[in-house]
Amino acid sequence: MKVLVPVKRVIDYNVKVRVKADQSGVDLANVKMSMNPFDEIAVEEAVRLKEKGKASEVVVVSVGPQQASETIRTALAMGADRGILVKSDQTVEPLAVAKLLKTIVEAEQPGLVITGKQAIDDDSNQVGQMLAALLGWPQGTFAHSLELGDGSAKITREIDGGLQTVEVKLPAVMTTDLRLNEPRYASLPNIMKAKKKPIDEKSAADLGVDITPRLKVLKVSEPPKRGGGVKLAGVGELLDRLKTDGAL
Amino acid sequence: MTSLVIAEHDNATLKDATHKTVTAATQISAPVHVLVAGENCAAVAQAAVRIAGVEKVLLADAPALAKQLAEPMEALILQLAGSYDAILAPATTTGKNILPRVAAKLDTPQISEILKVLSPDTFERPIYAGNAIETVQAPAGKKIVTVRTTAFAVAAEGGSAAIENVTAPADAGLSSFSGETLSKSDRPELTSAKVVISGGRGLGSAENFKLLDSIADKLHAAVGASRAAVDAGFVPNDYQVGQTGKAVAPDLYIAVGISGAIQHLAGMKDSRLIVAINKDEEAPIFQIADYGLVGDLFKILPELDEELAKRGYK
Repeated sequence: MKVLVPVKRVIDYNVKVRVKADQSGVDLANVKMSMNPFDEIAVEEAVRLKEKGKASEVVVVSVGPQQASETIRTALAMGADRGILVKSDQTVEPLAVAKLLKTIVEAEQPGLVITGKQAIDDDSNQVGQMLAALLGWPQGTFAHSLELGDGSAKITREIDGGLQTVEVKLPAVMTTDLRLNEPRYASLPNIMKAKKKPIDEKSAADLGVDITPRLKVLKVSEPPKRGGGVKLAGVGELLDRLKTDGAL
Repeated sequence: MTSLVIAEHDNATLKDATHKTVTAATQISAPVHVLVAGENCAAVAQAAVRIAGVEKVLLADAPALAKQLAEPMEALILQLAGSYDAILAPATTTGKNILPRVAAKLDTPQISEILKVLSPDTFERPIYAGNAIETVQAPAGKKIVTVRTTAFAVAAEGGSAAIENVTAPADAGLSSFSGETLSKSDRPELTSAKVVISGGRGLGSAENFKLLDSIADKLHAAVGASRAAVDAGFVPNDYQVGQTGKAVAPDLYIAVGISGAIQHLAGMKDSRLIVAINKDEEAPIFQIADYGLVGDLFKILPELDEELAKRGYK
Protein backbone atom coordinates (compact mmCIF):
# COMPACT_ATOMS: atom_id res chain seq x y z
CA MET A 1 0.00 0.00 0.00
CA LYS A 2 1.23 3.42 -0.96
CA VAL A 3 0.98 6.27 1.58
CA LEU A 4 0.69 9.89 0.44
CA VAL A 5 1.80 12.62 2.83
CA PRO A 6 0.93 16.25 2.04
CA VAL A 7 3.29 18.67 3.82
CA LYS A 8 3.37 22.47 4.08
CA ARG A 9 6.25 24.89 4.38
CA VAL A 10 5.45 27.39 7.14
CA ILE A 11 7.17 29.86 9.45
CA ASP A 12 9.24 27.89 11.95
CA TYR A 13 7.23 27.40 15.12
CA ASN A 14 9.94 29.08 17.22
CA VAL A 15 9.88 32.32 15.25
CA LYS A 16 8.09 35.29 16.76
CA VAL A 17 5.55 36.38 14.16
CA ARG A 18 5.50 40.06 13.21
CA VAL A 19 2.59 41.76 11.53
CA LYS A 20 3.65 44.11 8.71
CA ALA A 21 3.15 47.81 9.39
CA ASP A 22 0.87 48.19 6.36
CA GLN A 23 -1.34 45.34 7.68
CA SER A 24 -0.98 43.41 4.44
CA GLY A 25 0.15 40.24 6.20
CA VAL A 26 2.94 38.94 8.40
CA ASP A 27 6.59 39.55 7.68
CA LEU A 28 8.09 36.52 5.95
CA ALA A 29 11.30 38.21 4.74
CA ASN A 30 14.43 36.49 6.08
CA VAL A 31 12.36 34.39 8.47
CA LYS A 32 13.26 30.78 9.14
CA MET A 33 10.82 28.41 7.45
CA SER A 34 10.27 24.76 8.34
CA MET A 35 7.93 21.89 7.79
CA ASN A 36 4.59 22.34 9.57
CA PRO A 37 5.09 20.37 12.84
CA PHE A 38 1.89 18.34 12.41
CA ASP A 39 3.07 17.33 8.92
CA GLU A 40 6.37 16.13 10.40
CA ILE A 41 4.33 13.81 12.60
CA ALA A 42 2.52 12.64 9.45
CA VAL A 43 5.80 11.90 7.66
CA GLU A 44 7.08 10.03 10.71
CA GLU A 45 3.94 7.89 10.89
CA ALA A 46 4.15 7.03 7.19
CA VAL A 47 7.84 6.15 7.43
CA ARG A 48 7.13 3.91 10.43
CA LEU A 49 4.44 2.13 8.41
CA LYS A 50 7.01 1.50 5.72
CA GLU A 51 9.56 0.26 8.24
CA LYS A 52 6.97 -2.15 9.62
CA GLY A 53 6.34 -3.44 6.11
CA LYS A 54 2.80 -2.07 6.03
CA ALA A 55 3.47 0.61 3.45
CA SER A 56 5.24 -0.05 0.16
CA GLU A 57 6.10 3.53 -0.71
CA VAL A 58 5.84 6.94 0.95
CA VAL A 59 5.18 9.82 -1.43
CA VAL A 60 5.40 13.38 -0.11
CA VAL A 61 3.58 16.24 -1.81
CA SER A 62 3.74 19.95 -1.13
CA VAL A 63 1.92 22.91 -2.63
CA GLY A 64 4.00 26.06 -2.48
CA PRO A 65 6.88 28.07 -3.89
CA GLN A 66 10.11 26.56 -5.25
CA GLN A 67 11.58 26.56 -1.71
CA ALA A 68 8.90 24.07 -0.64
CA SER A 69 11.13 21.50 -2.36
CA GLU A 70 13.44 21.92 0.67
CA THR A 71 10.53 20.92 2.88
CA ILE A 72 9.98 17.87 0.69
CA ARG A 73 13.71 17.14 0.95
CA THR A 74 13.40 17.14 4.74
CA ALA A 75 10.68 14.50 4.49
CA LEU A 76 12.81 12.47 2.07
CA ALA A 77 15.67 12.62 4.59
CA MET A 78 13.30 11.25 7.25
CA GLY A 79 12.68 8.25 5.02
CA ALA A 80 10.04 9.12 2.43
CA ASP A 81 10.74 7.75 -1.05
CA ARG A 82 9.91 10.52 -3.48
CA GLY A 83 8.32 13.92 -3.72
CA ILE A 84 5.90 15.94 -5.79
CA LEU A 85 6.00 19.73 -5.73
CA VAL A 86 2.94 21.59 -6.98
CA LYS A 87 4.57 24.92 -7.58
CA SER A 88 2.68 28.09 -6.81
CA ASP A 89 3.92 31.49 -5.70
CA GLN A 90 0.52 32.73 -4.67
CA THR A 91 -1.55 31.91 -1.61
CA VAL A 92 -3.39 28.66 -2.14
CA GLU A 93 -6.48 28.38 0.03
CA PRO A 94 -7.34 25.10 1.80
CA LEU A 95 -10.11 24.16 -0.64
CA ALA A 96 -7.80 24.68 -3.62
CA VAL A 97 -5.08 22.64 -1.89
CA ALA A 98 -7.62 19.85 -1.37
CA LYS A 99 -8.56 19.97 -5.07
CA LEU A 100 -4.91 19.79 -6.12
CA LEU A 101 -4.31 16.88 -3.76
CA LYS A 102 -7.36 15.10 -5.13
CA THR A 103 -5.80 15.04 -8.60
CA ILE A 104 -2.54 13.72 -7.13
CA VAL A 105 -4.43 11.03 -5.20
CA GLU A 106 -6.25 9.99 -8.37
CA ALA A 107 -2.94 9.63 -10.19
CA GLU A 108 -1.03 7.93 -7.36
CA GLN A 109 -3.81 5.77 -5.89
CA PRO A 110 -2.54 5.62 -2.29
CA GLY A 111 -4.32 3.45 0.27
CA LEU A 112 -3.88 6.07 2.97
CA VAL A 113 -3.27 9.83 3.04
CA ILE A 114 -1.68 11.15 6.23
CA THR A 115 -1.33 14.88 6.83
CA GLY A 116 -1.18 17.35 9.71
CA LYS A 117 -4.47 18.34 11.32
CA GLN A 118 -3.71 21.99 10.75
CA ALA A 119 -0.93 24.23 9.50
CA ILE A 120 0.44 26.54 12.16
CA ASP A 121 0.33 29.57 9.85
CA ASP A 122 -3.33 29.92 8.87
CA ASP A 123 -4.61 27.50 11.56
CA SER A 124 -7.49 26.52 9.26
CA ASN A 125 -7.75 22.81 10.06
CA GLN A 126 -9.55 22.00 6.80
CA VAL A 127 -7.45 20.31 4.12
CA GLY A 128 -7.61 16.69 5.33
CA GLN A 129 -11.36 16.76 5.80
CA MET A 130 -11.93 18.54 2.47
CA LEU A 131 -9.76 16.08 0.60
CA ALA A 132 -11.60 13.14 2.17
CA ALA A 133 -14.95 14.63 1.19
CA LEU A 134 -13.90 15.39 -2.39
CA LEU A 135 -12.69 11.80 -2.76
CA GLY A 136 -15.74 10.35 -1.01
CA TRP A 137 -13.39 8.74 1.53
CA PRO A 138 -13.76 8.38 5.28
CA GLN A 139 -11.47 10.24 7.64
CA GLY A 140 -9.83 9.94 11.01
CA THR A 141 -8.89 13.41 12.15
CA PHE A 142 -6.72 14.50 15.13
CA ALA A 143 -5.14 11.04 15.32
CA HIS A 144 -3.61 9.86 18.56
CA SER A 145 -2.89 6.33 17.39
CA LEU A 146 -3.32 4.20 14.29
CA GLU A 147 -3.93 0.49 13.98
CA LEU A 148 -3.80 -0.59 10.37
CA GLY A 149 -5.91 -3.63 9.51
CA ASP A 150 -6.77 -5.41 6.32
CA GLY A 151 -8.88 -3.06 4.26
CA SER A 152 -9.65 -0.88 7.25
CA ALA A 153 -7.93 1.15 9.96
CA LYS A 154 -8.72 1.88 13.57
CA ILE A 155 -7.89 5.47 14.37
CA THR A 156 -8.02 6.80 17.90
CA ARG A 157 -8.77 10.52 17.88
CA GLU A 158 -8.12 13.29 20.36
CA ILE A 159 -11.54 14.82 20.99
CA ASP A 160 -12.76 17.46 23.42
CA GLY A 161 -14.01 14.89 25.91
CA GLY A 162 -11.05 12.50 25.72
CA LEU A 163 -10.28 9.85 23.11
CA GLN A 164 -12.53 8.29 20.49
CA THR A 165 -11.76 5.33 18.26
CA VAL A 166 -13.31 5.06 14.82
CA GLU A 167 -12.91 2.33 12.27
CA VAL A 168 -12.64 3.55 8.69
CA LYS A 169 -12.60 1.65 5.44
CA LEU A 170 -9.51 2.13 3.33
CA PRO A 171 -8.64 4.16 1.39
CA ALA A 172 -8.95 6.93 3.96
CA VAL A 173 -7.49 10.24 5.08
CA MET A 174 -5.91 10.59 8.51
CA THR A 175 -4.84 13.88 10.10
CA THR A 176 -2.33 13.89 12.90
CA ASP A 177 -2.46 15.31 16.39
CA LEU A 178 0.51 15.99 18.64
CA ARG A 179 0.81 12.70 20.43
CA LEU A 180 0.69 10.28 17.51
CA ASN A 181 4.48 9.95 17.57
CA GLU A 182 7.68 11.90 18.04
CA PRO A 183 9.27 12.67 14.68
CA ARG A 184 12.88 11.60 14.19
CA TYR A 185 15.78 13.81 13.26
CA ALA A 186 17.23 12.95 9.89
CA SER A 187 20.74 11.52 10.08
CA LEU A 188 23.51 12.99 7.95
CA PRO A 189 23.78 9.91 5.69
CA ASN A 190 20.02 10.04 5.15
CA ILE A 191 20.19 13.75 4.35
CA MET A 192 22.82 12.94 1.71
CA LYS A 193 20.75 10.07 0.36
CA ALA A 194 17.67 12.30 0.18
CA LYS A 195 19.46 14.55 -2.32
CA LYS A 196 19.28 11.76 -4.86
CA LYS A 197 15.61 11.00 -4.36
CA PRO A 198 13.36 12.31 -7.13
CA ILE A 199 11.05 15.32 -6.81
CA ASP A 200 8.55 15.74 -9.60
CA GLU A 201 7.42 19.31 -10.32
CA LYS A 202 3.96 20.26 -11.48
CA SER A 203 1.81 23.36 -11.66
CA ALA A 204 -1.83 23.86 -10.78
CA ALA A 205 -2.47 24.38 -14.50
CA ASP A 206 -0.89 20.96 -15.26
CA LEU A 207 -3.38 19.46 -12.83
CA GLY A 208 -6.31 21.43 -14.27
CA VAL A 209 -7.23 23.08 -10.98
CA ASP A 210 -8.23 26.72 -10.59
CA ILE A 211 -6.45 28.02 -7.51
CA THR A 212 -7.59 31.63 -7.68
CA PRO A 213 -8.17 32.79 -4.09
CA ARG A 214 -11.84 33.15 -3.23
CA LEU A 215 -11.45 34.79 0.15
CA LYS A 216 -10.40 38.41 0.35
CA VAL A 217 -8.00 39.21 3.17
CA LEU A 218 -8.81 42.84 3.99
CA LYS A 219 -6.11 43.20 6.60
CA VAL A 220 -3.92 41.43 9.08
CA SER A 221 -3.52 43.19 12.39
CA GLU A 222 -1.86 42.80 15.77
CA PRO A 223 -4.02 41.18 18.40
CA PRO A 224 -5.03 43.38 21.31
CA LYS A 225 -2.03 43.63 23.63
CA ARG A 226 -2.22 42.54 27.23
CA GLY A 227 -0.05 44.61 29.47
CA GLY A 228 2.01 42.80 32.03
CA GLY A 229 0.56 43.20 35.49
CA VAL A 230 2.05 43.32 38.94
CA LYS A 231 3.95 40.80 40.97
CA LEU A 232 2.42 40.30 44.38
CA ALA A 233 4.00 39.39 47.70
CA GLY A 234 1.81 36.48 48.67
CA VAL A 235 -1.46 34.56 48.42
CA GLY A 236 -3.27 36.86 50.88
CA GLU A 237 -2.66 39.87 48.69
CA LEU A 238 -3.62 37.88 45.59
CA LEU A 239 -6.99 36.89 47.01
CA ASP A 240 -7.64 40.47 48.16
CA ARG A 241 -7.00 41.74 44.63
CA LEU A 242 -9.13 39.05 42.99
CA LYS A 243 -11.96 39.84 45.38
CA THR A 244 -11.76 43.56 44.54
CA ASP A 245 -11.75 42.70 40.83
CA GLY A 246 -14.88 40.63 41.25
CA ALA A 247 -13.17 37.43 40.07
CA LEU A 248 -13.90 35.51 43.27
CA MET B 1 -31.86 34.77 4.89
CA THR B 2 -31.55 31.89 7.32
CA SER B 3 -28.65 30.25 9.15
CA LEU B 4 -28.22 26.65 10.17
CA VAL B 5 -26.30 25.94 13.37
CA ILE B 6 -25.00 22.44 14.05
CA ALA B 7 -25.75 21.70 17.71
CA GLU B 8 -23.03 20.48 20.07
CA HIS B 9 -24.38 17.81 22.39
CA ASP B 10 -23.89 14.30 23.74
CA ASN B 11 -27.43 13.03 23.00
CA ALA B 12 -28.49 13.99 26.54
CA THR B 13 -27.41 17.59 27.10
CA LEU B 14 -27.15 20.57 24.80
CA LYS B 15 -23.75 22.25 25.25
CA ASP B 16 -23.54 26.01 25.53
CA ALA B 17 -21.12 26.04 22.57
CA THR B 18 -24.40 25.83 20.63
CA HIS B 19 -25.84 28.94 22.28
CA LYS B 20 -22.65 30.86 21.50
CA THR B 21 -22.71 29.74 17.88
CA VAL B 22 -26.33 30.89 17.64
CA THR B 23 -25.17 34.33 18.78
CA ALA B 24 -22.68 34.42 15.89
CA ALA B 25 -25.31 33.11 13.48
CA THR B 26 -27.81 35.85 14.32
CA GLN B 27 -25.14 38.38 13.34
CA ILE B 28 -24.64 36.74 9.94
CA SER B 29 -28.06 35.66 8.81
CA ALA B 30 -31.20 35.51 10.95
CA PRO B 31 -33.47 33.69 11.69
CA VAL B 32 -31.54 30.70 12.95
CA HIS B 33 -32.36 27.03 12.67
CA VAL B 34 -30.54 24.50 14.84
CA LEU B 35 -29.76 20.97 13.68
CA VAL B 36 -29.75 18.39 16.46
CA ALA B 37 -28.35 15.19 14.98
CA GLY B 38 -27.80 12.15 17.13
CA GLU B 39 -29.50 9.10 18.54
CA ASN B 40 -32.25 9.30 21.16
CA CYS B 41 -31.54 12.99 21.43
CA ALA B 42 -35.08 14.41 21.65
CA ALA B 43 -34.21 16.00 25.03
CA VAL B 44 -31.48 17.98 23.31
CA ALA B 45 -33.95 19.28 20.74
CA GLN B 46 -36.30 20.26 23.59
CA ALA B 47 -33.47 22.30 25.08
CA ALA B 48 -32.58 23.89 21.74
CA VAL B 49 -36.09 25.25 21.15
CA ARG B 50 -35.65 27.50 24.17
CA ILE B 51 -32.66 29.41 22.76
CA ALA B 52 -33.76 32.96 21.93
CA GLY B 53 -33.45 33.74 18.23
CA VAL B 54 -33.97 30.14 17.12
CA GLU B 55 -36.94 29.80 14.79
CA LYS B 56 -36.85 26.07 14.18
CA VAL B 57 -35.06 23.01 15.49
CA LEU B 58 -34.38 20.19 13.06
CA LEU B 59 -34.16 16.83 14.78
CA ALA B 60 -32.38 13.98 12.98
CA ASP B 61 -32.48 10.89 15.14
CA ALA B 62 -30.74 7.81 13.76
CA PRO B 63 -28.28 5.17 15.00
CA ALA B 64 -25.66 6.21 12.43
CA LEU B 65 -25.67 9.72 13.88
CA ALA B 66 -25.13 8.63 17.49
CA LYS B 67 -21.52 9.83 17.59
CA GLN B 68 -21.90 12.52 14.92
CA LEU B 69 -19.20 10.98 12.77
CA ALA B 70 -18.10 13.21 9.93
CA GLU B 71 -19.26 11.06 7.01
CA PRO B 72 -22.97 10.63 7.89
CA MET B 73 -23.09 14.20 9.25
CA GLU B 74 -21.77 15.49 5.93
CA ALA B 75 -24.50 13.64 4.04
CA LEU B 76 -27.20 14.94 6.38
CA ILE B 77 -26.08 18.57 6.27
CA LEU B 78 -25.69 18.50 2.48
CA GLN B 79 -29.28 17.32 2.20
CA LEU B 80 -30.41 20.38 4.18
CA ALA B 81 -27.89 22.92 2.91
CA GLY B 82 -29.93 24.24 -0.02
CA SER B 83 -32.27 26.21 2.23
CA TYR B 84 -29.57 28.12 4.08
CA ASP B 85 -27.46 31.21 3.51
CA ALA B 86 -25.04 30.32 6.26
CA ILE B 87 -24.00 27.09 7.97
CA LEU B 88 -22.18 27.34 11.28
CA ALA B 89 -20.68 24.96 13.79
CA PRO B 90 -18.80 25.61 17.00
CA ALA B 91 -15.04 25.11 16.56
CA THR B 92 -15.07 22.03 18.78
CA THR B 93 -13.44 18.78 17.70
CA THR B 94 -16.87 17.72 16.43
CA GLY B 95 -17.50 20.88 14.42
CA LYS B 96 -13.96 21.00 13.05
CA ASN B 97 -14.26 17.38 11.98
CA ILE B 98 -17.50 17.81 10.06
CA LEU B 99 -17.80 21.25 8.53
CA PRO B 100 -14.85 21.26 6.08
CA ARG B 101 -16.38 18.21 4.39
CA VAL B 102 -19.60 20.15 3.86
CA ALA B 103 -17.70 23.19 2.58
CA ALA B 104 -15.72 21.10 0.10
CA LYS B 105 -18.81 19.40 -1.28
CA LEU B 106 -20.54 22.77 -1.68
CA ASP B 107 -17.39 24.14 -3.33
CA THR B 108 -17.38 26.97 -0.80
CA PRO B 109 -14.39 28.13 1.22
CA GLN B 110 -14.75 27.68 4.97
CA ILE B 111 -13.81 30.39 7.43
CA SER B 112 -12.43 28.77 10.58
CA GLU B 113 -12.72 29.89 14.19
CA ILE B 114 -14.19 33.36 13.75
CA LEU B 115 -13.73 35.78 16.64
CA LYS B 116 -16.01 38.53 15.40
CA VAL B 117 -18.66 39.16 12.76
CA LEU B 118 -17.90 42.58 11.25
CA SER B 119 -20.63 42.28 8.64
CA PRO B 120 -22.56 39.29 7.27
CA ASP B 121 -19.66 38.45 4.94
CA THR B 122 -16.65 39.81 6.84
CA PHE B 123 -15.04 38.18 9.84
CA GLU B 124 -12.07 38.34 12.14
CA ARG B 125 -10.17 35.16 12.86
CA PRO B 126 -6.89 34.32 14.56
CA ILE B 127 -3.90 33.11 12.54
CA TYR B 128 -0.37 32.15 13.65
CA ALA B 129 -1.63 30.92 17.04
CA GLY B 130 -3.42 34.20 17.64
CA ASN B 131 -0.31 36.30 17.05
CA ALA B 132 -2.13 37.99 14.20
CA ILE B 133 -5.78 38.64 13.48
CA GLU B 134 -6.99 38.30 9.91
CA THR B 135 -9.95 40.28 8.63
CA VAL B 136 -11.39 38.19 5.85
CA GLN B 137 -14.27 38.65 3.44
CA ALA B 138 -16.13 35.62 2.11
CA PRO B 139 -17.31 35.51 -1.50
CA ALA B 140 -20.99 35.88 -2.40
CA GLY B 141 -23.03 32.79 -1.67
CA LYS B 142 -23.23 30.53 1.31
CA LYS B 143 -21.12 31.32 4.34
CA ILE B 144 -19.55 28.32 6.02
CA VAL B 145 -18.08 29.20 9.34
CA THR B 146 -16.76 27.63 12.53
CA VAL B 147 -16.97 29.75 15.64
CA ARG B 148 -14.41 30.28 18.41
CA THR B 149 -17.01 29.97 21.13
CA THR B 150 -15.08 31.90 23.78
CA ALA B 151 -15.46 35.00 21.61
CA PHE B 152 -19.28 35.03 21.61
CA ALA B 153 -21.82 35.44 24.39
CA VAL B 154 -24.26 32.69 25.26
CA ALA B 155 -27.59 33.36 23.52
CA ALA B 156 -30.34 33.85 26.07
CA GLU B 157 -33.06 31.35 26.83
CA GLY B 158 -36.66 32.28 26.22
CA GLY B 159 -37.36 31.11 22.69
CA SER B 160 -40.11 28.71 21.72
CA ALA B 161 -39.15 27.26 18.39
CA ALA B 162 -40.91 24.37 16.70
CA ILE B 163 -39.26 20.99 16.27
CA GLU B 164 -39.27 19.42 12.82
CA ASN B 165 -38.12 15.86 12.28
CA VAL B 166 -35.77 15.23 9.38
CA THR B 167 -34.78 11.89 7.95
CA ALA B 168 -31.07 11.30 7.58
CA PRO B 169 -29.80 9.80 4.33
CA ALA B 170 -28.83 6.12 4.49
CA ASP B 171 -25.38 5.71 6.04
CA ALA B 172 -22.76 4.84 3.43
CA GLY B 173 -20.94 2.68 5.97
CA LEU B 174 -17.50 4.21 5.39
CA SER B 175 -16.83 4.69 9.07
CA SER B 176 -18.02 3.31 12.37
CA PHE B 177 -17.59 4.12 16.03
CA SER B 178 -15.62 1.54 17.95
CA GLY B 179 -15.07 3.02 21.39
CA GLU B 180 -14.16 5.97 23.54
CA THR B 181 -12.39 6.91 26.74
CA LEU B 182 -13.93 10.06 28.13
CA SER B 183 -12.54 11.93 31.08
CA LYS B 184 -15.07 11.95 33.88
CA SER B 185 -15.18 14.93 36.15
CA ASP B 186 -17.68 16.61 38.44
CA ARG B 187 -16.02 19.91 37.70
CA PRO B 188 -17.29 22.43 35.16
CA GLU B 189 -16.20 22.01 31.55
CA LEU B 190 -12.96 23.73 30.59
CA THR B 191 -14.43 25.79 27.79
CA SER B 192 -17.36 27.15 29.80
CA ALA B 193 -15.96 27.39 33.36
CA LYS B 194 -15.80 30.82 35.04
CA VAL B 195 -12.51 29.89 36.68
CA VAL B 196 -9.77 27.69 35.21
CA ILE B 197 -6.64 26.53 37.00
CA SER B 198 -4.01 25.00 34.71
CA GLY B 199 -0.80 23.21 35.45
CA GLY B 200 2.38 22.89 33.43
CA ARG B 201 5.62 21.02 33.37
CA GLY B 202 6.55 22.74 36.64
CA LEU B 203 4.22 20.44 38.54
CA GLY B 204 6.62 17.62 37.76
CA SER B 205 4.34 14.58 37.88
CA ALA B 206 0.80 13.25 37.59
CA GLU B 207 0.80 12.86 41.37
CA ASN B 208 1.73 16.51 41.95
CA PHE B 209 -0.91 17.62 39.45
CA LYS B 210 -3.49 16.63 42.05
CA LEU B 211 -2.31 19.59 44.14
CA LEU B 212 -4.55 21.67 41.87
CA ASP B 213 -7.66 19.65 42.73
CA SER B 214 -8.39 21.02 46.17
CA ILE B 215 -8.03 24.61 44.96
CA ALA B 216 -10.16 23.85 41.89
CA ASP B 217 -12.88 22.43 44.14
CA LYS B 218 -12.91 25.53 46.33
CA LEU B 219 -13.14 27.87 43.34
CA HIS B 220 -15.52 25.65 41.31
CA ALA B 221 -12.84 25.76 38.68
CA ALA B 222 -12.09 23.52 35.72
CA VAL B 223 -8.59 22.05 35.56
CA GLY B 224 -6.50 22.52 32.43
CA ALA B 225 -2.93 21.90 31.38
CA SER B 226 -0.19 23.06 29.07
CA ARG B 227 0.94 20.91 26.16
CA ALA B 228 4.14 20.09 28.06
CA ALA B 229 2.13 18.62 30.95
CA VAL B 230 0.01 16.54 28.57
CA ASP B 231 3.02 15.35 26.56
CA ALA B 232 4.71 14.34 29.83
CA GLY B 233 1.67 12.21 30.64
CA PHE B 234 0.61 14.11 33.77
CA VAL B 235 -2.98 14.43 32.49
CA PRO B 236 -5.00 13.30 29.43
CA ASN B 237 -5.11 15.22 26.16
CA ASP B 238 -8.52 16.76 26.80
CA TYR B 239 -6.96 18.98 29.49
CA GLN B 240 -4.82 20.80 26.95
CA VAL B 241 -5.31 24.54 26.57
CA GLY B 242 -3.63 26.16 23.59
CA GLN B 243 -3.41 26.67 19.85
CA THR B 244 -4.11 23.03 19.13
CA GLY B 245 -6.03 22.19 22.29
CA LYS B 246 -8.93 24.15 23.72
CA ALA B 247 -9.40 27.88 23.70
CA VAL B 248 -10.69 29.18 27.01
CA ALA B 249 -11.62 32.67 28.19
CA PRO B 250 -12.77 32.42 31.80
CA ASP B 251 -13.16 35.31 34.26
CA LEU B 252 -10.09 34.01 36.06
CA TYR B 253 -7.25 31.87 34.69
CA ILE B 254 -4.61 30.62 37.10
CA ALA B 255 -1.46 29.28 35.40
CA VAL B 256 0.67 27.17 37.71
CA GLY B 257 4.16 26.13 36.68
CA ILE B 258 3.47 27.16 33.08
CA SER B 259 6.22 29.15 31.37
CA GLY B 260 3.91 30.61 28.72
CA ALA B 261 4.86 29.19 25.32
CA ILE B 262 3.19 31.03 22.42
CA GLN B 263 1.03 28.04 21.68
CA HIS B 264 -0.34 27.97 25.25
CA LEU B 265 -0.97 31.72 25.35
CA ALA B 266 -3.01 31.34 22.15
CA GLY B 267 -5.56 29.33 24.09
CA MET B 268 -5.99 31.50 27.18
CA LYS B 269 -4.93 35.08 26.62
CA ASP B 270 -8.50 36.26 26.19
CA SER B 271 -9.25 35.40 29.83
CA ARG B 272 -10.46 38.38 31.85
CA LEU B 273 -7.89 38.03 34.63
CA ILE B 274 -4.74 35.95 34.49
CA VAL B 275 -2.74 34.86 37.52
CA ALA B 276 0.67 33.24 37.08
CA ILE B 277 2.51 31.22 39.69
CA ASN B 278 6.04 30.36 38.60
CA LYS B 279 9.46 30.16 40.13
CA ASP B 280 11.16 31.79 37.13
CA GLU B 281 10.44 35.50 37.26
CA GLU B 282 11.56 35.84 33.63
CA ALA B 283 8.93 33.36 32.43
CA PRO B 284 6.94 34.81 29.46
CA ILE B 285 3.67 34.07 31.25
CA PHE B 286 4.34 37.08 33.51
CA GLN B 287 4.25 39.37 30.48
CA ILE B 288 0.54 38.75 30.07
CA ALA B 289 -0.48 37.94 33.66
CA ASP B 290 -2.39 40.54 35.64
CA TYR B 291 -1.05 39.16 38.90
CA GLY B 292 2.09 37.16 39.42
CA LEU B 293 3.45 35.17 42.32
CA VAL B 294 7.12 34.33 41.92
CA GLY B 295 8.16 31.36 43.98
CA ASP B 296 8.07 27.64 44.56
CA LEU B 297 4.64 26.38 43.56
CA PHE B 298 4.94 23.50 46.03
CA LYS B 299 4.98 26.10 48.78
CA ILE B 300 2.50 28.55 47.22
CA LEU B 301 -0.24 26.04 46.33
CA PRO B 302 -0.72 24.76 49.90
CA GLU B 303 -0.69 28.34 51.15
CA LEU B 304 -3.32 29.33 48.60
CA ASP B 305 -5.44 26.32 49.50
CA GLU B 306 -5.22 27.17 53.19
CA GLU B 307 -5.96 30.84 52.67
CA LEU B 308 -9.02 29.98 50.59
CA ALA B 309 -10.25 27.67 53.35
CA LYS B 310 -9.67 30.40 55.92
CA ARG B 311 -11.81 32.75 53.88
CA GLY B 312 -14.68 30.31 53.75
CA TYR B 313 -14.21 28.72 50.30
CA LYS B 314 -15.08 25.04 50.50
